[in-house]
Amino acid sequence: MTAALAEQGTLPAAAATPPPTARGRRRRGSDQGVPRWQIYLPLGLYLLFTLVPFYWMLLFALRPAGSNALVPWPITGEHFQKVWNERSFGIFFQNSMIVGVASLVMTTAVALAGGYALARFDFRIKKGFMLALLASQFIPGALMLVPLFEIFKNLQMINSLGSVVIAETVFQLPLSIILISGFIKNVPVSLEEQAWVDGCGRFRAFCAVVLPLLRPGLIAVGSFAFVHSWNHFLFALMFLSSQDKQTIPVGLNTLIGADSVDLGALAAGGVIAAVPVVIVFAFIQKWLITGFSAGAVKG
Amino acid sequence: MAHAVAKPPRVTRRRTGGPARRLPYLLIAPAGLLMLGFIAYPMLSVLYYSLRNYNVTKPWRNGYAGLDNFTRILTDDPQFWDTLVFSGKWVVTEVLLQLLLGLALALLVNQTFLGRGLARALVFSPWAVSGVLTTTIWMLLYNPSTGISRYLADAGIGTYGTSVLSDTGTVFWAAVVAELWRGVPFFAILLLADLQSIPRDLYEAASVDGAGRTRRFLHITLPHLKDAIVLSTLLRGVWEFNNVDLLYTLTGGGPAGQTTTLPLYVANTGINGHDFGYASALTTVAFVILLFCSILYLRLSKFGGETK
Repeated sequence: MTAALAEQGTLPAAAATPPPTARGRRRRGSDQGVPRWQIYLPLGLYLLFTLVPFYWMLLFALRPAGSNALVPWPITGEHFQKVWNERSFGIFFQNSMIVGVASLVMTTAVALAGGYALARFDFRIKKGFMLALLASQFIPGALMLVPLFEIFKNLQMINSLGSVVIAETVFQLPLSIILISGFIKNVPVSLEEQAWVDGCGRFRAFCAVVLPLLRPGLIAVGSFAFVHSWNHFLFALMFLSSQDKQTIPVGLNTLIGADSVDLGALAAGGVIAAVPVVIVFAFIQKWLITGFSAGAVKG
Repeated sequence: MAHAVAKPPRVTRRRTGGPARRLPYLLIAPAGLLMLGFIAYPMLSVLYYSLRNYNVTKPWRNGYAGLDNFTRILTDDPQFWDTLVFSGKWVVTEVLLQLLLGLALALLVNQTFLGRGLARALVFSPWAVSGVLTTTIWMLLYNPSTGISRYLADAGIGTYGTSVLSDTGTVFWAAVVAELWRGVPFFAILLLADLQSIPRDLYEAASVDGAGRTRRFLHITLPHLKDAIVLSTLLRGVWEFNNVDLLYTLTGGGPAGQTTTLPLYVANTGINGHDFGYASALTTVAFVILLFCSILYLRLSKFGGETK
């Protein structure tokens, strides 16, 4: 995974995605002589497994209560109205957005600084810092709940969104730093040096030369951070106590745990929870694979 | 690595005032401080609490406990062993199935075919979905009166019945399938990224030498993917062990504690049971087990051993 990818060493911008226009012509070596049905049949089955659950959620969200039809017709908005207004999903949505965007900004900014240091400098504690980043991947967020709860209590941040933002950011950071330093390493130092010769300071050279080339990588890392904090549940559940501070996953959990589950409301809540991540996913999808391979470059 | 070390700029406007030698430390300071405060310090306090009786509801008992908590875990807590066994079963099943299906999926969408871009986007989409949303979706599917089983029964397949989530015989596999649904794409994405880095001429050379598809897979693809497989299974294993979102909301650890993993047990003991001391000792034990298994796994798989 490491050596070969380092050799590959393409710029993230250039490697964004293999052009879809190449269909059929540029065959990969491994697929010579694979009959089409051996691709479409298993893929179709897997697509069924992937999509039926999504369809089921849409079905319940869109068809009227009490209907058993397999096609949501006539479409109704009653479930959405209900969860948005009566079940306060409007407020949850807002809180989730705040948490998601704030941890996106914090994670990206802090990781950009750290990643740049790792990619461009040799310094005494570099090895130790790298090791700490990797080791922290093994530290379970769920098991840290108790001390984190204590810390935020002492900081008087229990029941404030700030506690969730910090916790999400901290647990996103290690992977984000590793990914970003991988992206920065792919930008040749000579480009930066060129700018210094032209009279730019390090900071201006970075902004003018490196940052534009990092855009795909930053979008990938920022999106991971957003999607992760949008989805994550435990910190919000444990650190936020009042109803008006809750996030969408906690709201969904309340609906799941209700004595008589209102399936229509639950499905509509699920759709509301899914929409932002689906948009983000559609947006970053083409960078996803390059994002992972560039981040896997050895440190 | 040396070539990557940049010389300080010739024309410097040092806003920081210090020599450029300090710059890397300034750059890692925010990350370092956050991680010290919210990962390292909590880690240490877990160790500290684990040696104490610390129960919010029984303050008169609080104080130094020595190794009492650990003795209790190892000798007098059947629930610990139950949750440990379940954690192991859960992690191994999930990682193994996710690896097999993820590898198959990655190989599939690595082929060139009409509609590949769309197919990739669709099969990867559950990756973006959370534990609670996964729960929501599968609760709807598993619902005995309006879920998929009822429609299948209408069509003559299977029987009308109770929820698979409340039956001790089926709850494990019901949870496994739901977690697979969102876990397989993660594996597929990682493996696909690595598949794309295999030089194509390797396959061409092998074909010329008369190697069939199976042999090309066994002698080129698999060895090349080995490190990626080891790393992704390890990360995923740790993640499946640690992550409690899905099980917490889908089964709540039930029925009858059948699906309680160790982290779920810790969360219940600490946050709901207020026994911070005992929960911290459990955390410490869980961490040691995790570390031990990870090191053992890296050793056994000879990670990064022979370089390609």
